[in-house]
Amino acid sequence: MPDLLLELFSEEIPARMQAKAADDLRRLVTEKLVAEGLVYEGAKAFATPRRLALTVHGIPARQPDLKTERRGPKVGAPDAAVQGFLKATGLKSLDEAKIQRDPKGDFYIGLIEKAGRDAIDVLAEILPVIIRTFPWPKSMRWGALSAKPGSLSWVRPLHAITATFGLETEEPDIVKFQVDGIESGQTTYGHRFMAPSAISVRRFEDYEAKLLDAKVVLDPERRKDAILTDAKQLAFAQGFELVEDQNLLDEVSGLVEWPVVLMGSFEQEFLKTPDEVIRATIRNNQKCFVVRDPKTGKLASKFILVANIEATDGGKTIIGGNERVIRARLSDAKFFYETDLKTRLEDRLPKFDQIVFHEKLGTQAERIKRIERLAAEIAPLVGADVAKATRAAHLAKADLLTEVVGEFPEVQGLMGKYYALAQGEDASVAAACEEHYKPQGPTDRVPTDPVSVAVALADKLDTLIGFWAIDEKPTGSKDPYALRRAALGVIRLIADNTLRLSLMTVAASALAGLSVQPADGDKIPSDLLAFFADRLKVQLREQGARHDLVDAVFALGGQDDLLMIVRRVEALGKFLESDDGKNLLAGIKRASNILGIEEKKDKRSFDGAPDAALYSLDEEKALAKAIGEVSAEASAAVAKEDFAAAMSAMAKLRPPVDAFFEKVRVNDDDAKVRENRLKLLNEIRSATRAVADFSKIQD
Amino acid sequence: MDASLPAHMRPERSFQGFILALQRFWAEQGCVILQPYDMEMGAGTFHPATTLRALGPKPWNAAYVQPSRRPKDGRYGENPNRMQHYYQFQVIMKPSPPNLQELYLKSLAAIGIDSAVHDIRFVEDDWESPTLGAWGLGWECWCDGMEVSQFTYFQQVAGFECAPVAGELTYGLERLAMYVQGVDRVYDLNFNGREGDAKVTYGDVFLQAEREYSRHNFEIADTAMLFEQFKMAEAACRKYLESGWREGNRKEHLMALPAYDQCIKASHVFNLLDARGVISVTERQSYILRVRELAKACGEAWIHTEAGGAA
Repeated sequence: MPDLLLELFSEEIPARMQAKAADDLRRLVTEKLVAEGLVYEGAKAFATPRRLALTVHGIPARQPDLKTERRGPKVGAPDAAVQGFLKATGLKSLDEAKIQRDPKGDFYIGLIEKAGRDAIDVLAEILPVIIRTFPWPKSMRWGALSAKPGSLSWVRPLHAITATFGLETEEPDIVKFQVDGIESGQTTYGHRFMAPSAISVRRFEDYEAKLLDAKVVLDPERRKDAILTDAKQLAFAQGFELVEDQNLLDEVSGLVEWPVVLMGSFEQEFLKTPDEVIRATIRNNQKCFVVRDPKTGKLASKFILVANIEATDGGKTIIGGNERVIRARLSDAKFFYETDLKTRLEDRLPKFDQIVFHEKLGTQAERIKRIERLAAEIAPLVGADVAKATRAAHLAKADLLTEVVGEFPEVQGLMGKYYALAQGEDASVAAACEEHYKPQGPTDRVPTDPVSVAVALADKLDTLIGFWAIDEKPTGSKDPYALRRAALGVIRLIADNTLRLSLMTVAASALAGLSVQPADGDKIPSDLLAFFADRLKVQLREQGARHDLVDAVFALGGQDDLLMIVRRVEALGKFLESDDGKNLLAGIKRASNILGIEEKKDKRSFDGAPDAALYSLDEEKALAKAIGEVSAEASAAVAKEDFAAAMSAMAKLRPPVDAFFEKVRVNDDDAKVRENRLKLLNEIRSATRAVADFSKIQD
Repeated sequence: MDASLPAHMRPERSFQGFILALQRFWAEQGCVILQPYDMEMGAGTFHPATTLRALGPKPWNAAYVQPSRRPKDGRYGENPNRMQHYYQFQVIMKPSPPNLQELYLKSLAAIGIDSAVHDIRFVEDDWESPTLGAWGLGWECWCDGMEVSQFTYFQQVAGFECAPVAGELTYGLERLAMYVQGVDRVYDLNFNGREGDAKVTYGDVFLQAEREYSRHNFEIADTAMLFEQFKMAEAACRKYLESGWREGNRKEHLMALPAYDQCIKASHVFNLLDARGVISVTERQSYILRVRELAKACGEAWIHTEAGGAA
């Protein structure tokens, strides 16, 4: 079966858009083919800076013929209806129609045969539409045709379209169409500088090979492999090791059609600047890789660049030019770093008086004061030195005003640590300057130094309570202040460090420290607590754990110790995996359901202790006894925070509950006995509430 | 590169030779070679030959040097490549010709940048000017890792769609010349291509000015006067725009250019105030918006003039 080759040749496509564009092209063309009844065997798309290419192989040469039946009017219907039917079906007269009998009478049936079209004609119809409506994130108009409305819009000017279709063994045909004056054909062009002439291509195999001869590596994966291999090799040959960077590799491979990897150097003296700053300078501004000494792990005074040509002088000029730029950039960075070192972090703080954090939440200076106070309050709860935590909170944001962080925001925190160490701060205080931002996401490292933990919690809780107080909570997909991430950070800080603290108390204190005091302020800490519960659920779901158990624990009320909640949820999860757990849950649910129905019927609850004198059956007595014992045992275990033991105690309820339901009829004819049995059921429910509200657990 | 040139005129030896080579190249592509606009402005794009001429259906090809004033970028002559006054070379071609990229590469060859040994790249860079209400797509052009030009297909200017689209090239002349001459400090550029006693450097021409203007821009410029000038320029612009409509009907405009001069003026005065640090973050936004409103109104007036394509 024939194959399609499509190439859209344009001016330079932004690197970040190439991969998605190739994928969109493949998806749009193949979906349309299938919708047209042309089921293909395979498809693959490619992108370079100057072209999107697609090969679809094994497309049937023709669409299948389509036969459809159309039901017409009744035999003997008015002429207008008959004429309409003939027109719709294309039949010349009713003689060509069949007559079909059904319970409502005899009807004319027209058979419509639609012959399949040649696939090449279908392609000529669908390709220009796909090109015209291509989903570029940003597109533009150009040239003389842009004077008229509705002219073609593409990511950058489109120059040529190659579209061929045919069998491997034959000369393929051109899929003929035109878009804004660009006629499809079989001519493309090689590398912009090394092989700019026109190339005539027939099908994908010779297209890819001819491009390679014309210094274009079509497949982005091949370009990446080549860059990575050469870069590693080049570094290794000099006794260094490449600092790998996938994002940079992806970007750089989208900037070249013919990657040539070269190595340059810079002066040793720049290595006095922190490695991270050097790397950020070289990566962000110059899109070059850095290398390190494998023995020390420190950066070496070399960089690796990826050029787009095999220069006639072997790359000497290119390396020289890049070295000049990198030298200028590094001397800026070094100057920034050295300038920063001249000012103590605390001397920068007055500037925060002028910087608004959020118009309703005051200045950065006010926020820093709040964090200091909160960190001091949290410090004893997490085993941190109060003075150190206060000092760290005082300095932690100061690096935002340094030159280096102004230039490279991604090194915020890290620079704070370096500057704190340089001015002789305590190691924990310095570490907290960096670590108080952590954890940034679900996979980021959680700090363990108590000083870092205290400041990290204070920072995040101040943010959360602040935005809660001004009612700027996350909604749907909108979370501009990254409050979900902050809440998850709090959860992970507490859980990973096994910290005990009452969130309600800390939240209330944080709230009291705000300059704005909302009208419904007393509701805010509990509202925030519910948000934590939601975040905990999301986190557990992502870990593949049962998130519904969070509700079962929160429903107990008064739960604001996240660590205990997590422990309870874990123990409950394990218990419910056991047979005892599953059956007890079924029993409790059954008890709850019966109670629910009967409470509704009688419009009353069945609280209060059952009367032992009214027990008539052994199973009742046995259950009552078990409830008493289990309650005591479970409560004692919970008091010791031994939730596993509490669950084991619960397990003992299972046999008497099972036996009760098997032998005892709750709705006894004697109203008193019935009431007493319902009270006993209620006791099961309340006994199990020592660990969780089982009725909130999903089956 | 023209091999017949005398040594002191060669672009790799002489800053002025470098500029002349570019002018000559673009003149040969049919551009009118204009002289700098006689007002202070932040970029060559502000020149009416770009901002206004980019609007409307009439073809327009021009190239010119524009001194660009960025008061905040002054460094008292102490930074090797940052200045409050520098030159941009600006090319505008409307409609954008299909071979504009090739023309650009040829222009580099004309100033001594050979694509067989240099790595020239087009790296995504979308251009937007909030003060002009303008945006376009294009690239920053890299030569061996250094940004040497901006290449933009204007999509909108002064809030109006460009139809047809103009292609705009902006060369940072000092930076490019420094690369071609192989100097690391802008003030070391050879300006006139002569050697010995006859040699004039960029520093000879501009270093004193950089020191004086840096002092002026950051310390001395009279802010009370500047605030007043901004208001006056804004009011004048509005007045000329209002009274420029022929017979008061909004069909034909007779004073788009004088009005636009006041918009340029307001923009530069704002830049000076900004450098003096007397405009707060919130006010900044509103000043930018006020200049943009002027630019948009001027754009509207322009498309109702003859050169702007009004029937």
